[in-house]
Amino acid sequence: MISPAHYVALAVVLFVIGGVGVLIRRNALVVFMSVELMLNAVNLSFIAFARMHGHLDGQVIAFFVMVVAAAEVVVGLAILTSIFRARKSASVDDANLLKN
Amino acid sequence: MHSLILASPGSNSTELGAWWVLAIVAVGAALGMIFTRRAVHCAVLLAIVMLILAAMYAMQGAPFLAFVQVIVYTGAVLMLFLFVMMIVGVSAADSIIETIRGQRLWAGLAGIFLLVLLALVVGHAAIGAAAPSGPRNSSGNVEGLARLIFTTYVFPFEVTSALLITAAVGAMVLAHRERTSPKPTQRVLSRRRVASGHPAPLPGPGTYAQHNAVDMPALLPDGSVSRLSVSGVLANRAIEAEQSGGRAAITAEVLEPGEPADLDIPAPVAPEASEEER
Repeated sequence: MISPAHYVALAVVLFVIGGVGVLIRRNALVVFMSVELMLNAVNLSFIAFARMHGHLDGQVIAFFVMVVAAAEVVVGLAILTSIFRARKSASVDDANLLKN
Repeated sequence: MHSLILASPGSNSTELGAWWVLAIVAVGAALGMIFTRRAVHCAVLLAIVMLILAAMYAMQGAPFLAFVQVIVYTGAVLMLFLFVMMIVGVSAADSIIETIRGQRLWAGLAGIFLLVLLALVVGHAAIGAAAPSGPRNSSGNVEGLARLIFTTYVFPFEVTSALLITAAVGAMVLAHRERTSPKPTQRVLSRRRVASGHPAPLPGPGTYAQHNAVDMPALLPDGSVSRLSVSGVLANRAIEAEQSGGRAAITAEVLEPGEPADLDIPAPVAPEASEEER
């Protein structure tokens, strides 16, 4: 028998994997992908809770999360390309102009 | 965790089986995503995770969001990632050397801590069974969502449009590059071309070669290869790939610098100049 708890458990695992990816990867693109994975995991739990409550509000919120994530990706990747143009690198270690 | 998994009246064992299969593949792909060194492989593995999540949305009575997930995430967002990867360089792989000492160890510990914390929180939460699909899907999922979005959530929905406009303008401003030198006119370009000593078009790749892929240099009448027939970027990539044992090693092998060059002309390898000529 399946319940929303199954989906929430999977969402927890995916969220943690995304968080570890943000911490260990240094290619900014892959860091972005890990952030997307975390957002998707949260969406999965939203939809699981929407099903648990029998409402559609959770699905609406997941929809808004998707919209905001799309906007975030556009701006983030634009920043990444402009940093790449200036520093010739996509590594998060090389964006250190504000260091010291 | 099993104690809180309550039996729900409306569920069946088919969904549980599908959940196990999809969850295992999703977790495997997500783990592969954070441990694969090449960014393109990461994108493909992330696409797998997102498609599986779309399938899970559909299993949970959210067909609209399943389609939005496929269209927006795997269709738009990942394509954007791949385009940016094309600009930044596909072969950009992470280095294995840690720049911060013990970063991976501490990241792993933080991940385990977060997992335990979230598992405790979720384990203590009273996650009930799925509610019977009563009023939520009575007139269809899409109609129900539309009713909510355009009544209760109409203000956030309108604010979303402002957000999207701002994001589009921001992306244009950030990705825009000011031209530092005047745009070369046709006269300048033609003069530059004649001055280069090679006014004719460059030879096409693959001419008289074994196959006509773009990374295959053309053969000259005397059997030697024409360095000019392959883009300088590709030739450089081929050498890089040969160092890491890639497929394009053939090109690098053919493009040995010691071999007789076809014409003693400097190859126009500067990507800026070729971009302007177009």
